[in-house]
Amino acid sequence: MTETTVSAPLAADGRIETAVQRMRRHQRLVLALRLAVLVVLIGGWEFGVRLGAIDPFFFGQPSGIVTKLIDWTENGTSIGPLWMQIWVTIYEAGAGFLIGSAMGILCGIALGRNQLLSDVFSIYIKVANSIPRVVLGSIFIVALGLGAASKIALAVVMVFFVVFANAFQGVREADKNLIANARILGASNWQMTRAVVLPSALSWILASLHVSFGFALVGAIVGEFLGAREGMGLLIATAQGSFDSNGVFAAMIVIAIVALLAEWILTVIENRLLTWRPDTTVNE
Amino acid sequence: MSAIASPSAVALKNVARRFVTPSGDVLSALEDFDLTIAPGEFMAVVGPTGCGKSTTLGLIAGLARPQGGEVTLFDAPVTGVDRRVGFVFQQDAVFPWRDVLGNVMAGPLFRGVPKDKAETEARDWITRVGLKGFEHHHPHQLSGGMRKRVALAQTFINNPQVLLMDEPFSALDVQTRELMQEELLQLWAQAKSAVLFVTHDLDEAILLADRVAVLTTRPARVKSVHTIDLPRPRDVATLRYDERFIAIARKISDDLREEVLRARAGH
Ligand SMILES: Nc1ncnc2c1ncn2[C@@H]1O[C@H](COP(=O)(O)OP(=O)(O)O)[C@@H](O)[C@H]1O
Ligand SMILES: [Mg+2]
Repeated sequence: MTETTVSAPLAADGRIETAVQRMRRHQRLVLALRLAVLVVLIGGWEFGVRLGAIDPFFFGQPSGIVTKLIDWTENGTSIGPLWMQIWVTIYEAGAGFLIGSAMGILCGIALGRNQLLSDVFSIYIKVANSIPRVVLGSIFIVALGLGAASKIALAVVMVFFVVFANAFQGVREADKNLIANARILGASNWQMTRAVVLPSALSWILASLHVSFGFALVGAIVGEFLGAREGMGLLIATAQGSFDSNGVFAAMIVIAIVALLAEWILTVIENRLLTWRPDTTVNE
Repeated sequence: MSAIASPSAVALKNVARRFVTPSGDVLSALEDFDLTIAPGEFMAVVGPTGCGKSTTLGLIAGLARPQGGEVTLFDAPVTGVDRRVGFVFQQDAVFPWRDVLGNVMAGPLFRGVPKDKAETEARDWITRVGLKGFEHHHPHQLSGGMRKRVALAQTFINNPQVLLMDEPFSALDVQTRELMQEELLQLWAQAKSAVLFVTHDLDEAILLADRVAVLTTRPARVKSVHTIDLPRPRDVATLRYDERFIAIARKISDDLREEVLRARAGH
């Protein structure tokens, strides 16, 4: 990412050049070692099963997991086409994520900007936050049924508190000098929120969005686990019900890929929104 | 009632400002504070660190209320942030997420000036403070001196009639500071606003100001006010070696040193 900015202006300096080379070599070494660790782990697992040291009934088998994934993509799963299950889970997690983070940002900014609101509501939010949220999943399924709504509701609850806490903190941490400056330059309350408070809180908010997509996925999957007609959570529950550990692992891998993709998209968005920040990676 | 002798841009009469500390004690920052600045006058204020200089500026800017006395702008009491006031802060207060143009345009946009007009004005001010070509740089890409220029342009674009400056150049190196002082005097000569310039650097105060007020240690009062009758335009680079400058500096520094020593003894 930062290679071009480091090497371009400094290429003339021999010493720096070797430093860049050393850094590249280091990066290659790290990559190679990471691959080696992966190969050893998976290879060890596979051979452990083949040599009879690991029981594939409980712990699965890498080759079996791959076969399962291929089978699912080619023939569909026991509960329908694989892409359909993935889509349902992404839809529930995504909707919960969007609604939950929008609510979290709005409430965080409102309470962060208004002392009275925050004095009144902070106690309720603390109480609500201390409830183990997964428990709410059962209530949502009873109340909202087996469809997507109950999963979205659980994902919203999972996401809301994280984003809320960060947005609130971000607003509170906004630089007092910047606020005073904006007021003297003539900003109204609304202009202050938009032009000063929101941008200052943005890095806090974006940091929380990273974590909270993961939470939204957990919400959706747990919701499906508790009761659903489709989705990755149901796929796992079904595999578990038929003692198919390869199936559980295969579903886990699919979910991990979804989570990593979402993480990547969020990073791209974050870098777009925070271009004004000094590039901290260059001068480390 | 006696008639008001002459109009004032800023007047503080008998002002008191007290804080309640976390331990519940009352900390008196200003007591019986009296200071008057005429329209177009450049007033510098020097005093020991922590005596209440920033607090004074905050009261005039309408960012805080006094517990006693009266603060007026052009003979009307200060009730809040006033559009005629500009403020240059000690720490960086430019918006890090906006580029130079966005920062300089901020004031006019907040005040409802149409965007294209604000941009034209902003580009003009960016040129005047010597930042042409840096319109689309973000603050972190600029040096400390350049960021101060952004702050000056951001403030002057609003045409303040009262300009409050809180140790604006204290974080700059000596050479940059000298350049900025020169630039400030030029901008002020055109804008003709009343200036209240807070500094702990006595030389800087004398170089720039028409009058220099020395504050006491906390609670701050005005200990003495000295008229600096050095001719303008002043050459910031050479004036400090002038005999008249040295004579004035010697007189005021005795006053100031007394307070600094008292501040030290108090700790
Ligand atoms: N918001 C505040 N709460 C409590 N004490 C304060 C506050 N602001 C300033 N003070 C105290 O008032 C005194 C004067 O502060 P200040 O005006 O910032 O001094 P300076 O002359 O260095 O600008 C200091 O002792 C400071 O600790
Ligand atoms: Mg100060």
